[in-house]
Amino acid sequence: MHPVLAEYAGRNFFMLGDEAAAHGAVWAGCNFFGGYPITPASEIAEVLARMLPRMNGFYVQMEDEIASLAAVLGAVWSGARGMTATSGPGFSLMQEHIGYAIMTETPCVIVDVQRSGPSTGQATKPAQGDIMQARWGTHGDHEMIALAPASVQECFDLTIDCFNLAERFRHPVILLMDGEIGHLRESLTFPEDDTGIERLERRQAGPEEQPFGGEEVPPMISFGRGRYVHVSGSTHKPDGMRDVSTQSVHDQLVRRFLTKIDSHREEITRLESRFMEDAEVVIVSYGASARPSLGAVLEARRRGLKVGYLRLITIWPFPRREISALNQRIDRIFVPEMNLGQLSREIERFVSCPVESISKIGGVSLMIKEILEPVLKHFKQDGP
Amino acid sequence: MDLTQSDMLSEDFFKDRRHRLHSYLRQEILPTTFCTGCGCGTVLGAFAQAVDELALPPEEIVTVTGIGCSSWITSPYFKADTLHTTHGRPLAFATGVKVMLPDMKVIVIAGDGDIAGIGGNHLIHAARRNIDISVFMVNNWNYGMTGGQVSPATPLGARTTTTPYRNVEQPLKTAELVAAAGANYVSRWTTYHVFPLTEAMQYAITKKGFSFVEIIAQCPVSYGKMVNMRSGTDFLNLYRDSSIRIEKARGLSEEELADKIVIGKIVERDAEEYVEKLYRVNFEQTTDGKQQDE
Repeated sequence: MHPVLAEYAGRNFFMLGDEAAAHGAVWAGCNFFGGYPITPASEIAEVLARMLPRMNGFYVQMEDEIASLAAVLGAVWSGARGMTATSGPGFSLMQEHIGYAIMTETPCVIVDVQRSGPSTGQATKPAQGDIMQARWGTHGDHEMIALAPASVQECFDLTIDCFNLAERFRHPVILLMDGEIGHLRESLTFPEDDTGIERLERRQAGPEEQPFGGEEVPPMISFGRGRYVHVSGSTHKPDGMRDVSTQSVHDQLVRRFLTKIDSHREEITRLESRFMEDAEVVIVSYGASARPSLGAVLEARRRGLKVGYLRLITIWPFPRREISALNQRIDRIFVPEMNLGQLSREIERFVSCPVESISKIGGVSLMIKEILEPVLKHFKQDGP
Repeated sequence: MDLTQSDMLSEDFFKDRRHRLHSYLRQEILPTTFCTGCGCGTVLGAFAQAVDELALPPEEIVTVTGIGCSSWITSPYFKADTLHTTHGRPLAFATGVKVMLPDMKVIVIAGDGDIAGIGGNHLIHAARRNIDISVFMVNNWNYGMTGGQVSPATPLGARTTTTPYRNVEQPLKTAELVAAAGANYVSRWTTYHVFPLTEAMQYAITKKGFSFVEIIAQCPVSYGKMVNMRSGTDFLNLYRDSSIRIEKARGLSEEELADKIVIGKIVERDAEEYVEKLYRVNFEQTTDGKQQDE
């Protein structure tokens, strides 16, 4: 174990979600961070600027978020494990290179600590308004992998997961945090040592293998190995050479990007479900909104109401199978979130029971009673 | 032996008669897509010549390019690791490459629209960091690939497809801007001055720190059609007649230099390079460095 990791191993710290994500990156083997300051994500950059040089890694502060992700992608093709972190306005700027990362199948981790928008919005109060931007922010057909932590511990754990998913699928992976969790301070327990930490190796192509095709997730060819690899954001053939005029080349390439994620949903999908066995209604939530949601479920259960709790950790690809399964036995789904119904509409696509959005914007978190009220109303009980 | 014309166009005829620099190219994708008379071929030739004369193995080169005609000069044609990126951003990508692979020669070839226009901010900051990247900016005075629109380097008064009456914007003095931002080496040449250009490229590749060569290069198709200069030689004649050595230009007024192309070395200094400094910080902060201190 690296001496810097040993300083933390097995210990308990009271720290921010942002800081935990930065530590998670270090434990995952991140050695390049392209940064640009933005509240409420700057602490991630600050922690990594301090830690990476001690582990022979690099913190590079670029001139904007477009450049910070670009530097990460250049570094990854040069052998690095790369990450960047930002919030709404910076995340908007990064969409160009999220598309480039998808097209060139460049593994990387992007942390988006969501804040209130559109635009500068309520700088810098928390929100969950980037659910759809994370999915569809960049142009063209594509899949997406995005995980949403709901605790400081999870910021650490899921960042490690993000790095491994990125390598596994050669795809950008988004840690879709929110300002509430990023700036939440609670307890984080570090692993006893790093032997249990999975760090998926990057597979290098053999002499007969192609870096952009031939299999679902092809191996890479890093720069500096005398293999003369050609990496392009244009539609390309399995050897990497551009071909923008053959319909089938584009069709096969882009469909492969979709299927390499879509056919491995079970590997990517992470959910937490509680009180689901006999549930008649269910509260489906994620991130910061999941915390008061659990509070509401506990209160409803105390009153003897059969309310279930389902927390989506994987937001994208959308866990459609698990959501569709609710259909047979659930009367109503409540979706508390800090936006005007972005995930709630996605859930509606996969169920026929009523879906009720409990939305709140304005930079203030949902309260237990705000979630409980419509649930009690459903059971024709008096308010909380 | 008498050769017929069809003999001379056959694969066999060319097989043993390749130009000696052809081995530097991805031959399977030739010919290039450059228009007749385009300056990009001259720049590719000069670059390959520079690499050859330096005896620089191509496996030690990463070229990073953006979007535009000149981005194709090395990507895909030059046989090295080639990263073909997004519009205006090659320098941001190249920064990540150079930090992780400090022993590789990182080369950026980009157009005026690419790195003086949409990517202008990245150019200023890469120069300010003085990162060891060699940039060859092919300045053809317009957005050629999209059909000849006005660019930040289009001369004042020139007609383009989006300045159909005349360009009312002052062109950016990109090389001087890069010099002011902190680059270690900056020069300007044209495709007419092939030999000094090749030497400048060699110098830029070997010089530690950020180096920048602005190459004025003809676009007889997209730009030429609007200014009635339809052949490559029209431009080469212009470059020959209107170029002035920087040493001579220093005594002249702005008005006297209005229609001139100032060629030669604009700046050279030996400021400390960025990636070396990053590695020194790492050495100090890791146990290696700490043990040495004790």
